[in-house]
Amino acid sequence: MMFKKSLIAMAMGGTLAVSAQAGEVEVLHWWTSGGEARSIAVLKEMVEDAGHTWTDFAVAGGGGENAYTVLRSRAVSGNPPAAAQIKGLEIQEWGDLGFLASLDDIADENNWDAVLPSVVADVMKHDGDYVAAPVNVHRVNWMWANPAVFADAGVDIPTTLDELWAAAEELQAAGVTPIAHGGQPWQDATTFESIVLAVGGADFFNDVFVEMDQAALESDTMVEAFEEFRKVNDYIDRGAPGRDWNVATSMVIRGEAAMQFMGDWAKGEFTAANMTPGEDYICAPFPGTADAFTFNIDSLAMFKQRTAANAEAQLTMAELVLSPSFQETFNLNKGSIPARTDLDMGKFDDCALASMETFKSTAASGEGLVPSMAHGMSTTSTIQGAIYDTVTEFFNSDMSAEDGATRLARAVRAAQ
Amino acid sequence: MLASRKKGIDYWLPKLVVSPTLVIALVFFYGFVLWTTFISFTNSSFLPSYELVGFDQYVRLFMNPRWLNAMWNLVVFGVLFIGICMVVGLVMAILLDQNIRAEGAIRTIYLYPMALSFIVTGTVWKWLLNPTVGIEKFVISLGWDSFVFDWIIDPDMAIYTVVIAGVWQASGFVMAIFLAGLRGIDTSIIKAAQLDGANLFAVYTRIIIPSMRPVFFSAFIMLAHIAIKSFDLVIALTGGGPGNSTDVPAIFMYQFSFQRGQLGIGAASAVIMLMTVLAILVPYLYSELRTPKNG
Repeated sequence: MMFKKSLIAMAMGGTLAVSAQAGEVEVLHWWTSGGEARSIAVLKEMVEDAGHTWTDFAVAGGGGENAYTVLRSRAVSGNPPAAAQIKGLEIQEWGDLGFLASLDDIADENNWDAVLPSVVADVMKHDGDYVAAPVNVHRVNWMWANPAVFADAGVDIPTTLDELWAAAEELQAAGVTPIAHGGQPWQDATTFESIVLAVGGADFFNDVFVEMDQAALESDTMVEAFEEFRKVNDYIDRGAPGRDWNVATSMVIRGEAAMQFMGDWAKGEFTAANMTPGEDYICAPFPGTADAFTFNIDSLAMFKQRTAANAEAQLTMAELVLSPSFQETFNLNKGSIPARTDLDMGKFDDCALASMETFKSTAASGEGLVPSMAHGMSTTSTIQGAIYDTVTEFFNSDMSAEDGATRLARAVRAAQ
Repeated sequence: MLASRKKGIDYWLPKLVVSPTLVIALVFFYGFVLWTTFISFTNSSFLPSYELVGFDQYVRLFMNPRWLNAMWNLVVFGVLFIGICMVVGLVMAILLDQNIRAEGAIRTIYLYPMALSFIVTGTVWKWLLNPTVGIEKFVISLGWDSFVFDWIIDPDMAIYTVVIAGVWQASGFVMAIFLAGLRGIDTSIIKAAQLDGANLFAVYTRIIIPSMRPVFFSAFIMLAHIAIKSFDLVIALTGGGPGNSTDVPAIFMYQFSFQRGQLGIGAASAVIMLMTVLAILVPYLYSELRTPKNG
């Protein structure tokens, strides 16, 4: 097997225009579905054009738990891949264990500090060194609406929470499901964090989901957020429990439901149904969060390599990940926006442009740009799991809002 | 001399042949049981660590409301699943045992669900039980407008839907075990009882069922381990939801060990699961295996 692999490497090395040190990059990722797979294939091509060998360590299956298990055992045995799809605070956990390689040479050369907003850069750094390269930025606090359904019911697209409940009431009276929801813990949490953002604002969001401030977690604002979250229950259909997010999206596409609260990966479903943003579907900020941006950044963390050639190939790949052409191609396919803010956005659609505009303005002002709790950007998976448990328990029982806040604070304390 | 060497080969060969299996079982089963137990006493997070912290992980485990809920669900599911499977399986076996026509075909039909994986069973029942597409919608479309069957979306009732799907899958298998047991009973005893004037009901309750005690034992062991290990059925049917209402220990263990980076708690929950199995099986094995066969 090893012999065969090296033969292939030699053969490829022979046919390609080889740089002085041709190395191999092995990349662990789970971008395996249609558009995502095409996106990562672009990076593979670019790496091979630069004279290095690319080995896929793709493990199918959305969340990637299996892949993580393999990654852990390989890291412990001293043979990690060059890069792995790791994001958020997990980068810090791996960094603390000393597994990650510094990318500072490449970062300085390409001026990453200038092209990446500091919020993004902070996520990618461990102890001040770049150890990961961001591939995209998702905005989580989106609302996807079917304008025809809204027009039929004679309702405007809501921009505040009060308008949302009023609109939902009328939509329900008109006989459609107001909110397409999938009752899975992560989807419950995704909706909940948007409501927390709408009720308490970005500073409060930071207090509870980044600082884990006990007083804020038990505050009246949090109780109010739980009360608002409870109202979602009245406007979802009975088939919601266990439903996958893309099935919920298709309810909006078919006009069975009026809107869905989901990150911008939902756009891919609308695009696949040949719908045009602004006409056939509307992407609007989650009501009451127009000036805020909940980010979810996918990134490739770089592991320390054994050979100089592989380390060199790894640096080349990191450079390519941040290159304008890759950032553009990948994000056009994925529905997200580039992590660097200095790109020409000419090829992107209205939703992406709106997303980019809010991203830039919130990044510049430092107000309103917050890491997503539901998508592992603000906490460790341990605390995130504890929040998931409480939120989904609340949503699926008749717990009072006060109890919800108390239990959330207790669960977070226990997980710390 | 020749004879004794030959005897030597006869003596050693079986041991030699089974020894690799023995080594594999020792290392990969008992070895890892010990390793997991050890990890449960450490502060392991997303990678294993070897710093001992005593019973901390167990304390955290039992402070977690989700774990208590999962354990309770296992009790509800286990008792109902094993109980209903036994009753349904036994009744079907007795009915099939009445020298009916086409017995072979009917037996195959009832046994067939066992050939499916729990994932398939769970997915099909998920659709059947979904009120917006399944049984409820069907009955309503027949004209019974007020019909409601929405257990799968009701957090208080969802665990019973897992029982329904589990019983559907496993009771045919239990039937087959009981049928084999029924066929193994000496017919002369039954004839003697009938000569003494016992009716059919008395023959079954007084003679046949008591003499099938070892069969009950086998069925119980098999159903108990299906129940305690239940993971795929719940994942496919409800995904542990709504909320965490159909959480079971196996899902808890998987999520904490592999999704949430808490190997220590995950290992502790695995050890508790093992202890549960032992607590049920050891007394049962002990009482069953030490009584004489015809006792």
